[in-house]
Amino acid sequence: MAKNTNTPRTMESARRVPSILATGLFVLVCLLIAFPLVAGFLASFRPGSEVVTKGMSLDFHSPLILDNYRILFAKFFPKGMPDDAIVGSKNYFMWYKNSLILTVTTVVLTLLVCYFIAYALSMYKFKLNGFLFFMVIATMSVPFEILMLPLYQEITTLGIINTNAGVILPGLCAAGTIFFFKQYMTSLPRELLDAGRVDGCTEYGIAIKIMMPITKPAFASQAILCAMGSWNNMLWPMLVFRDTKKFTLQIGLNTLLTPYGNNYDLLIAGSMFGIIPILIVYLIFNRYLVDGMTSGAVKG
Amino acid sequence: MSKAKKLLYSQKIAPYVFVLPYILSLLIFWLYPLVTGILMSFQNVTFGGKEWVGTAHYAKLLQDKFFGIAVSNSVEYMVLTLVLLIPIPMLLAVLMESRLTKAKGVWKLIMYIPALTSVVISGLLFRLMFSEGDNGQMNVILHMFGQPSFAWLKTKWTAWVGLLLLCMWRWTGVNMLYFVAGLKSIDNSVYESGEIDGANGWQKFRYITLPLLKPTTVYVVTISVFAGLSMFLESFMLWNGNSSPKNIGLTIVGYLYKRGIEKNDMGYACAVGVVLMIIALVINFIQLIATGTIKVGKKED
Repeated sequence: MAKNTNTPRTMESARRVPSILATGLFVLVCLLIAFPLVAGFLASFRPGSEVVTKGMSLDFHSPLILDNYRILFAKFFPKGMPDDAIVGSKNYFMWYKNSLILTVTTVVLTLLVCYFIAYALSMYKFKLNGFLFFMVIATMSVPFEILMLPLYQEITTLGIINTNAGVILPGLCAAGTIFFFKQYMTSLPRELLDAGRVDGCTEYGIAIKIMMPITKPAFASQAILCAMGSWNNMLWPMLVFRDTKKFTLQIGLNTLLTPYGNNYDLLIAGSMFGIIPILIVYLIFNRYLVDGMTSGAVKG
Repeated sequence: MSKAKKLLYSQKIAPYVFVLPYILSLLIFWLYPLVTGILMSFQNVTFGGKEWVGTAHYAKLLQDKFFGIAVSNSVEYMVLTLVLLIPIPMLLAVLMESRLTKAKGVWKLIMYIPALTSVVISGLLFRLMFSEGDNGQMNVILHMFGQPSFAWLKTKWTAWVGLLLLCMWRWTGVNMLYFVAGLKSIDNSVYESGEIDGANGWQKFRYITLPLLKPTTVYVVTISVFAGLSMFLESFMLWNGNSSPKNIGLTIVGYLYKRGIEKNDMGYACAVGVVLMIIALVINFIQLIATGTIKVGKKED
């Protein structure tokens, strides 16, 4: 490190070269990270079958065409489009809608269940407190995959296979979300509860009308994380949904990727278009997301 | 207010009402399948019913060549992802938080983006880059050196370069952000007193950053062990379905899926799942003892 006798100015110039190197490294890393997405985006303007058989060309001499996106949006602009393109486009947007509905429902229900248990754990002293906290940790240390097959049988028996309920219900106890809420709520003043009681609020009124609004930032960050997880979730929904009409976007896209596929145009444009909602949410709520995600990593 | 209603609204009962949905969902969708899963691993499950077979499935697993391949692939993948996805993101985070790096926000924003893509989409992108076709990016690089196109995904080590790059592409930024959050929680005064004692850059990293970052490192290692061992979809997407040439992409969960869903041999598949759980728990237990997070023979304070 520079000696103390150095003036700030010489320190500044001594740091210039390392600073360029460090910033340059991140430029390089970001270019590498952006590359597959940029290549994919360019590929979505080339004939799908060529892309799937030969790879994504970065050759700028071959022209970029809008055909893939015409096929993707054929449902909305059917004029002059072949029938199978319209059917494909209808399927795509049906999957898109299914994913949106599933994601919104998952987020609302998961957050409610997790909020209330975290609220009880951090605001009340009751008999099950310690035991339930232990269970939250226990659920974290069992991989979902071992539950997958018995769960599959169970939801078949319960008759909720091929339904949104079958996807959502097994995921309600999200340990990470409970942790986050609990951590957030321990920093809130508990006098609020007593103040609420004095004002004649019931216990439930306090939880919903007083504490929930204060916890809004925690809701925001967990909502985004949960939404991303749900939008991109694939393994479990793939088992639950049997019917093409129920498929989520991820499962639907996966079915387009057959060795003998004739839907590669739709696949490549649809994949790029499938990132967009998540990307928009991310760019708007980026700050909340990083807070929500990393909190567990700091306190351990 | 009636007596029952009064009780329902009392401070004694309220917490139980709040935790009721959690408890129900825990019992029905966690405990029940966990117990049935473990029981089923000792049973033959057919359409006709269940038949107790004791430890027969486990004995068969020991002999099962494909299960051996799956376990070694999964463990190998987990170890390699730990080697790649702990030190590199940690160093990037240290560099990111140093005064040297400019425009930090931009890099952090971009580096997280791969984690937003689903496995279907990221898998497709990497499949195409590692395509055996002439336009695949890896083949374009080969062509630069005058080499012919190569079927990258059909040989184990070249395919695994793709698999690991896919994993690095998605998670380097995320893990870096974990470490950045960990670094932010370290009080700056610790570094200042280190500087007064004449510590150089490496010493500050070795004796201040590394020990104080331990909770974060333990957390990231723990989730990476679970994620690495239960990897399945990446391989599923890269090889388009659950079968790769010579099983180079077969993982434990892939095998569980194959036996349970594709072959409907639930009992055997559940035994695979139980073994997965045991491996994961043992590795994490060892890790937590080795890092001193759990102290053996001492009470934690």
